[in-house]
Amino acid sequence: MIDLLLPFQYEFFIKGIIVSVLLGGICGLAGVYIILRGLSYVGHGLSHAAFGGAIVGNIAGLNYYVGAIIWSYLASFVIYEISKRNKIKPDAAIGLVTTAIFAFGVLLVSMTNRYTRNFESLLFGNILAITEQDLYIIVSVTILSGAFFFLLHKRLVFSFFDNESAKISGIKTSYIELLFSFVLATIIIVSMSSIGVTLLASVIVGPAISARLLSNNFSNVVFLSIIIGSVASFSGMYASFFLDSSSGPTIVMFITLGFGITALYAVFKKIYHSHSHGGLSHSHPHLHTDEHRHEHEHKHP
Amino acid sequence: MGSFEYLKLTGVSYGFTYHNFVIEGVNLSIPKGRFVSIVGPSGSGKTTLLKLICGIYEPWNGDIEYICNDCDSIFYHPSVGYVPQIETIDWNFPVSVQEVIAMGSWNYKSYLPWIDKKLKNQIKDTLKILGLSGYEKRHIRALSGGEQQRVFLGRALIRNPDVLILDEPTTGLDYVSREKIFDILKTLNNNGMTVILSTHDITHIANRSPWVICFNKYVIAEGRPQDVLKEDNLLKTYGLSDYKIK
Repeated sequence: MIDLLLPFQYEFFIKGIIVSVLLGGICGLAGVYIILRGLSYVGHGLSHAAFGGAIVGNIAGLNYYVGAIIWSYLASFVIYEISKRNKIKPDAAIGLVTTAIFAFGVLLVSMTNRYTRNFESLLFGNILAITEQDLYIIVSVTILSGAFFFLLHKRLVFSFFDNESAKISGIKTSYIELLFSFVLATIIIVSMSSIGVTLLASVIVGPAISARLLSNNFSNVVFLSIIIGSVASFSGMYASFFLDSSSGPTIVMFITLGFGITALYAVFKKIYHSHSHGGLSHSHPHLHTDEHRHEHEHKHP
Repeated sequence: MGSFEYLKLTGVSYGFTYHNFVIEGVNLSIPKGRFVSIVGPSGSGKTTLLKLICGIYEPWNGDIEYICNDCDSIFYHPSVGYVPQIETIDWNFPVSVQEVIAMGSWNYKSYLPWIDKKLKNQIKDTLKILGLSGYEKRHIRALSGGEQQRVFLGRALIRNPDVLILDEPTTGLDYVSREKIFDILKTLNNNGMTVILSTHDITHIANRSPWVICFNKYVIAEGRPQDVLKEDNLLKTYGLSDYKIK
């Protein structure tokens, strides 16, 4: 019989579980703001930029985090500056800037011939190789980013929903957006070594779009996205122990599964809608004439 | 601290590309408490003018100032409520009516992310004024055009602004919705609020406003509707020299 508590006897696994739940939660939280800002591709782009920075930093003899931070903050700033001038959409700016920075890193590697397995783990993630220092950094970044979203929630939502009105009402929308980009870049950098550059986009966007399918209320979407991100990351990490699989891809599979389930639930809920008439709650199929106005398939007597 | 006496625009020009003015040499003086409708064709610069007044754009030339003789500070700026064209709104954004209106009071306990009881009651009162009681939890996309417009009006009103600026608030609305919005605006104006709006609706809105500005890149005429909404002014405003207004 399988001992379900067996993985918890290993210190590396406990560390991995803590990291995956924290990153799943904070990426889920940031993901909501990202998709609503129309920046779904930013996670993918910035992780590539940070990867380029990590390589450049390594070649320059700097700490991995220092290179990644400088490079991804620079990328965030350039993307922000380009997309601020309305002619170019943020996704186009992300596509160009982050790939260029990533390419620069790869170019340096090919020129200096200093490609190591260390960078391979950045590409695909290795949650089990998390050091004590990484753990402290991840915990600190989770707390600080959580505080950022908590304290600036009102400003962020208003700015992303209706930027001009927010500006008129006195919100410094430019600073808020730039700060948001830097916080995002920081979350991506600390997630890279655990989840991997190539897999990170799913952990950021997946929980948020799943939560979006379940609710039309912003606070509920945020809450659900954190829960889905944390639970899927926990499940993926836990399952990877028994499946003897890589933790990053397993987490991504669980996040995708979560999206599949919520998508099916959303379709089912739309067809088979619960509601009440005169205090009597019940469910039955509806014919939708458009998104929100519907007619009963079976008329009430 | 006092309040502004009038809003003054002196030689204001603005554009989006070099040497191409969208509005040029605008001189205006709008006293506190006035209800002003700005009429003009699409692309005449009405929205740009409103955004300049709101402070989103900085004029290329000229000055925009709120004249206030008994204010303590030279940096006095009245509280401005802005209602955008609802066509610019992302209707997929997951926000309820209550959350949209709460945005207007973002600086009330600004570092707490939730809506407290006091704010909830304030939102309830605002919705009552707008005839939207009980709509708090509804998603904004689930409302009709007229209701959506009133929600955005509510977001501006919860700030209790000195000046209310609305960009085409009745465009695309049916007769009843249009009348409801106009009635609300008239009541607010009667209570002392300065109202400045842009509109395409000459017959139902501009014609019934106490003050009208015909605008196309610059001010063509301004005054009471019976003095301003005349054939020659409208022909100049809409650029239809061979079109006969009946």
